[in-house]
Amino acid sequence: MFEYLNIIFLETYKVLFLLLPVLTAVALMVWLDRRVWAFVQKRRGPNVVGPFGLFQSLADALKYLFKEIIIPASSNKIIFILAPIVTMTLALVAWAVIPFNESLVIADINVGILYLFAVSSLGVYGIIMGGWASNSKYPFLGSIRSAAQMVSYEVSIGVIIINVLLCVGSLNLTDIVLAQENLWFVIPLFPMFVIFFISALAETNRPPFDLPEAEAELVAGYQTEYSGMMYAMFWLGEYANILLMCSLGSILFLGGWLPAIEAFPFNFIPDFMWLILKILFLFILFSLVKAIVPRYRYDQLMKLGWKIFLPMSLIWVVITASYLFYFDLLPSN
Amino acid sequence: MKISRFFKTILLLDILSGLLIALKEIFKNKKTINYPFEKGKISPRFRGEHALRRYPNGEERCIACKLCEAVCPAQAITIESAERSDGSRKTTRYDIDMMKCIYCGLCEESCPVDAIVQGPNFEFSTETREELYYNKEKLLDNGDRWETILAANIRADKPYR
Repeated sequence: MFEYLNIIFLETYKVLFLLLPVLTAVALMVWLDRRVWAFVQKRRGPNVVGPFGLFQSLADALKYLFKEIIIPASSNKIIFILAPIVTMTLALVAWAVIPFNESLVIADINVGILYLFAVSSLGVYGIIMGGWASNSKYPFLGSIRSAAQMVSYEVSIGVIIINVLLCVGSLNLTDIVLAQENLWFVIPLFPMFVIFFISALAETNRPPFDLPEAEAELVAGYQTEYSGMMYAMFWLGEYANILLMCSLGSILFLGGWLPAIEAFPFNFIPDFMWLILKILFLFILFSLVKAIVPRYRYDQLMKLGWKIFLPMSLIWVVITASYLFYFDLLPSN
Repeated sequence: MKISRFFKTILLLDILSGLLIALKEIFKNKKTINYPFEKGKISPRFRGEHALRRYPNGEERCIACKLCEAVCPAQAITIESAERSDGSRKTTRYDIDMMKCIYCGLCEESCPVDAIVQGPNFEFSTETREELYYNKEKLLDNGDRWETILAANIRADKPYR
């Protein structure tokens, strides 16, 4: 009995140790996103709450906490309440397999990448549930769009991941990072990295693929009927997903926690800092893209996903596989 | 599709140049002001919060001619007047409903003695509706508080009238 409690206590401790930084990071990322967006448009962005406005997200969260939660009378109440919880939980659960370090990972499972892929695919359920349970037109349209979009782009992300797996020969995220010790995969698989980045934008409903919440047409898409803390949970889940995609990109292509150069000044930066720096780099790219591109039309989005990205990544799988096979570079295990 | 265009598309050249421009813009000067801490310049003709002015000797300027009440298109002004003990006509009531007011400035234009004016203050939001029913006391208070700026504004605008 005592042993079980001990295990539970230890695991909870580990989870808290991961979740608190992740949630703090999400809050800071929201601030950074708004700030970068504002700077590109030559505005100032949030700069009043705390130094440089760093605590803006905290103030926002506090405001959401005190707002009334309105549940539409005609909604399916259980699913309506469950939807943001599912979104946020799934966005956070995925962090269990992200290795910050060779040993700093909660669940070092052998099918880590498969798990990540599965969880991020499940993320669409929260959105569909929210849109359907609202029993209102805009959320419904938004959730339909979102479901179709996420499913389409997941296909190309899956194929891109196959590219990486061909080079590694393991589904374990730690192994994937360690395989990049000599050469980050971003160099041999650069086109795949670009496609992965764009698909990640679509996967997380970021501009230019933010059709599910296109405010000009759909008010706020699947979030329209949500208010108060439930809205904030959707919002947190969304940003946690973006962060997750950034970390996935840095693990698959940018060599995870591995330093850029094994030389004097770079050696002193602890390795988890390297992962954070890479995530930050990808996230700033996310925000910059948000600032410069207009929204896609829906048919263009589908065309890009199915007619360009999917064939391109499939062809690249063939190229990678043939190259590895021809030069006898296939990983042995 | 032309070959040059094909390469432009496949290498994402347009997106990259866009990103470069965005990066450059980040380090340029901001075009907006840091509002609550710095404020934009306001013209002497700015039509903000109302004020009732006094003469330098402390006497109210308003002679209760009710021209402002008559000209007010939103009918936001209510005036009642009576004869004071020294025989001059003065207002006993001068109310402005600041929620009806459309800040057109006609009251200021119509006033023959420059009594009712619209000052430079635009930050007078309140938490209750009642606080926005201004009475004579409040308006005279405003006049006393902003008098130096109000007088300067009237002087600055004089040559154009």
